[in-house]
This record gives sequence, structure tokens and C-alpha cells, in this order.
Amino acid sequence: MIGVVILFMTLDAKGSWDFVLRFRGTKVIALTLVAYAIAVSTVLFQTISNNRILTPSIMGFDALYILIQTTLIFTVGSQRVVTIDPRIRFGMEIILMVVFAGILYRWLFGGTRRSLHLVMLVGIIFGVLFRSISGFMQRIIDPNEFAILQDMLFASFNSFDRELLAVSVVLIVGVSVMLWRIRHTFDVLALGRDMAINLGVNYYQTVSIILIGVTALVAISTALVGPVTFFGLLVANLAYQIVGSHKHVWILPCAILLAMLSLIGGQIIVERVFSFNTSLSIIVEFLGGIMFIFLLIRESSR
Amino acid sequence: MKRLTLAIFVIAIFAVLSLFIGVSDVTPQTLLSNSEDGRALQVLLISRIPRTLAIILSGASMAIAGLIMQILARNNFVEPSTAGTVESASMGILFVTAFAPGMPLFGKMLVATIFALAGTALFLRILQQIPLRSVLIVPLVGMMLGGVISAITTFFAYRLELLQSLNAWMMGSFAGVLRGRYELLWISLILTLIAYIAADQFTVAGMGQDFTTNLGMNYNRVMTLGLIIVSMVTAVNVVTVGMIPFLGLVVPNVVRLTFGDNVRLAVPWIAVLGTGFVLICDMIGRIINFPYEIPISVVIGVIGSFIFLYLLLRRNARVA
Repeated sequence: MIGVVILFMTLDAKGSWDFVLRFRGTKVIALTLVAYAIAVSTVLFQTISNNRILTPSIMGFDALYILIQTTLIFTVGSQRVVTIDPRIRFGMEIILMVVFAGILYRWLFGGTRRSLHLVMLVGIIFGVLFRSISGFMQRIIDPNEFAILQDMLFASFNSFDRELLAVSVVLIVGVSVMLWRIRHTFDVLALGRDMAINLGVNYYQTVSIILIGVTALVAISTALVGPVTFFGLLVANLAYQIVGSHKHVWILPCAILLAMLSLIGGQIIVERVFSFNTSLSIIVEFLGGIMFIFLLIRESSR
Repeated sequence: MKRLTLAIFVIAIFAVLSLFIGVSDVTPQTLLSNSEDGRALQVLLISRIPRTLAIILSGASMAIAGLIMQILARNNFVEPSTAGTVESASMGILFVTAFAPGMPLFGKMLVATIFALAGTALFLRILQQIPLRSVLIVPLVGMMLGGVISAITTFFAYRLELLQSLNAWMMGSFAGVLRGRYELLWISLILTLIAYIAADQFTVAGMGQDFTTNLGMNYNRVMTLGLIIVSMVTAVNVVTVGMIPFLGLVVPNVVRLTFGDNVRLAVPWIAVLGTGFVLICDMIGRIINFPYEIPISVVIGVIGSFIFLYLLLRRNARVA
């Protein structure tokens, strides 16, 4: 891991070290944050929803984030949105997202058991719906507003909002502390809802806390690099394969490390081999889609 | 039959209405007054009538392509945009744009058709690998396959700097339809008629391979015919108007909920209601932000996903 970071920082570095280190340093921090957020949110989401195929992004969480951003600009107007402190704005957006996600989640997983495939399909369609509504508003919006919105939404692995970076660090630490305090329940929750309740876990409270954490992490990663549908699916499932155990003590760190390795390593490959000619998220989409189909087929042939 | 005639009549009224929506002042009065230089008549002939014809043709043909696909895959949630067919066709368009940009539109369509055929065949092939098919796994696999195919397309479009022009191709909209730029869609009318003639064969093929063979029909030939119709219709539509999501899914499902699985009975209704659906969505897109226009793919994306969600959840409620 350290090797990859050093490689990333030094490979092909010409000119002033001062500049190179600062420029690439922020990039490494951002990539690390994103990797952490995606890995943790995916693994925990899979734990509470009891499956290995669903991820927050497949369920349309990041499309929801984009919809909230668009609605905000559309209704309030960019002039006023920009004057709001980014920290407060970010906080508000996350609260909105948690509320929506909570309703969606309760409805899908609470009460009657629904088939996993139905939940998945509904999630995907919700994603399409959110994207279509965002697209709809982006069409009507004033072109100047659209330019600002586009800046906010289509961040990539190459351009980060410095201000957001600081907010994200604070938020991620906060979420991590919150999750760390209930870390003992993860393995029990993975056994399923009924079993967890039988074993004395305060099921609804714990799941709600985790859901809030997951939503916040999705919002952070979407805000920093935009939606990456399959990345979480890839690293989480690789982690399950490598660890070969159900213990979160091993799975979580492994997934985080894998995510960091592949994001930073992938960025090196994209920058050096393809010389910026392609975007990392396209490759992730390609591999992830294949993996998803594979998992689906394996799941249903069991 | 009476109800069908009534439906056609209502849709015809909408079609006539849609002729008079737009920035340029075209009303019955300006047409009749015959003043100036007959500008209103020109707008009508060059832009408005072709547009409405294109809407009718693609609405009917895409809805029927969806129906055929659902019969062939024996699954109610499949249509060209949930089976990778649309994405494959767009890959074909990228291929032509990159290697033979000067090719006439008809040639482009043929290449897109070949890609669409290959993509759909791949989809059906993957489905055979899934032993105990859940109804819902089929569209899931199809949508993911579409995602993978479009990732490849995006990859090359990005490298060849064709991403923007590809996006312009794919955005479903009737705004660019003018006389001389929609005529390919008549091919899909022919295909739709063939589908209607072969309707009974599709109904039988929908019962499964063994049943079809028992009745003395060549299952593979019916399947191939269906695949070719679906792929060509999709390719023609993608080439001329772009991608219209969910159309082939929503309309046939609503019709079959009301009329059952008899294909011959369902086909005219699906054609009529498909046309009506696209007409109304196109009018909404044109009116809501007047004088600007919202592409139909966006309008149908919103309305279509609502109806799809309803179908999914309703269906489950009934099964459970």
C-alpha cells in the first residue's frame, strides 16, 4: 500500500518537488477518502441487507444525491446556494438523503420479506427515475445555473474541491467513530434480522445508525468523485473471497485496503499507461458489470 | 373492435393537435389565409408532418418490438433497452462513425442492426446459463449487460473523442426530425406488419421449444425471425431518433394486463397505444418549457420508470 502511494507520488515527477508533492498529495488524500467511504459503506450495506450483490449505488443512492443537488439549485437558485457555507450545505444534503434513504429502506426491507431480485430491480429503476428527473430539471434550468451545477456534479478523479476535502475528512472521522462504537453488532447483524433480534441486538436502532453512516459515506464519495456504480461491489466481493471469513474485523480492513490499492493503482495506470486518455470509472463500470452478471448467475444457480 | 376504432380516433385527434404545437406560428387560420409566402404551409410540410409521422412510426414499432422480445425471452420485463439491444446498436453506430463516417444512413443502420443482433443473441445465450430463472433476474442481467456494452462504447468514444457526438445520437428526441431525415422509419412499419402476420407463430413460440416443435413448427426459425425484427426496429429507431427507454416495456405490459396473452389481439392495441404514449410524451416535452423543448427520452424516462415501478410492485403484490 505504502509502496503504491510512494509510486504515485514520485513516478515521472519532474520539476519542483514542492508543487508535485502538494498537488499529488491532495489527490492521494481524496482517493483514500473515497476508497474508504465506498468500501465501508458497501460492506455495511451488504451486512444489514443480508446479501452480496446489492450496493448503495445499485440501489440508486448516488443518483439520489445528484437529484438533491439539482433540486437545490433548481428551487433555491445557485446565487443563494453558493453563499451558504459548504459545510452546512453538505450537512443539510446528507440529512435529506438519510431521510429519503431511510424511507426507501424501511419500505423495501421492513415488514414483509420481498425477493432480493425485486428489491434490486426496484432500486435500479429508482436510480433511473432519479437520473431522469435530474436530467429533466437540468434541461429547464438557466444555462448559467447549469454550468455551476455541472461543476458541482461532474467532479472526477482529477479535480477535487479543496474545501469539500476538509469537510469530508471531518465527516468521515465522525461517521467512523459512530460506527466504531457499534462495531460488535456487525457480525451479529450479518446473521439476519431474526437471528440478530434473538441475540439481543436492538435491531432497528442499530440498523438506523448504520444506514445513516452508509448514506453519509455515499454522499461524501459522490460529492468528491461523482457516481461510481460498481466499485463497491468489486472490492467488497474481492474482500469476501480473500478473507474467506464472515468476521468484519477482517473484511472491512481488507475491503478498504483493496479499494485504496485499486483506486490509487488504477489512477497510476490511467495516468501513465493510457496517458489520461480514459477515465477510471469507465473501466470500473466495465469490470463491475461483468462481475455483477457473474454473481447473479452464481447466486441463482445455487 | 369498436373500442379500438375509438382509440384510433382519439389518437388521430392528438396527432393533428401535435401538428400545431411549436415556435413557428402554424394554425388552421394561417394555413388557410394563404397570405405572405405560404410559410406556415412550408413549416407544416417540412417539419411538423414528418415529425408526427416519425412519432407514430417509432411509437408503434418500438412497442411491438418490446412485445416480441417479451415473448421470445418468455419474460414480461424485457425490452430492447433492458436486454442490451439498444446499447449494442449504439456501439454499432460508434463503429461506423469511427471507421466509415461517410457511409450513407442506410449503411449505418445495417451495421447497427448487425451489432444489435449480436448483442441480443449474447443476452439470450447468457440467459440459458441461468438454470432456475427468476422472473426478475432476466431484466437485471439484461440491464447489466447493457451497462457493460455501453462502458466499452464509452471507452472507445472517449479515446476517439466522439463522446459528444455519440451522446447527441443517443439522446432520444424528435426535435431533429425533418423531411428527408426520418424516412428510414418506414422500414420499421414494414417490419411491424411482418410481425403482425407472424403473430400466431410468436404466440406458439412463447409456449416453449417443445410445444412449438410438437405443433410442427420450426422453433429456431420463429426465434430468428423475431430477433431480426426486434434488432432491425431498434437499430432504425436508434439511428433516426435515438434511444427511447421503457417504451417497449410499459405499453405491451399494460395492454396484456387488459387483454391477455393473445398476440394477434394485442398487436393492434399495442401499436395504437404505443403511438399515443409517445405522442403525448412528446407534446408534454414541447409544451412544458415552451419555447424550448425537453427531449422525449427524458420525459419517457420519468413517466416510464413510474409505470415500471408500479408494474413491478403490483405484480409482486399479486404473486405474494
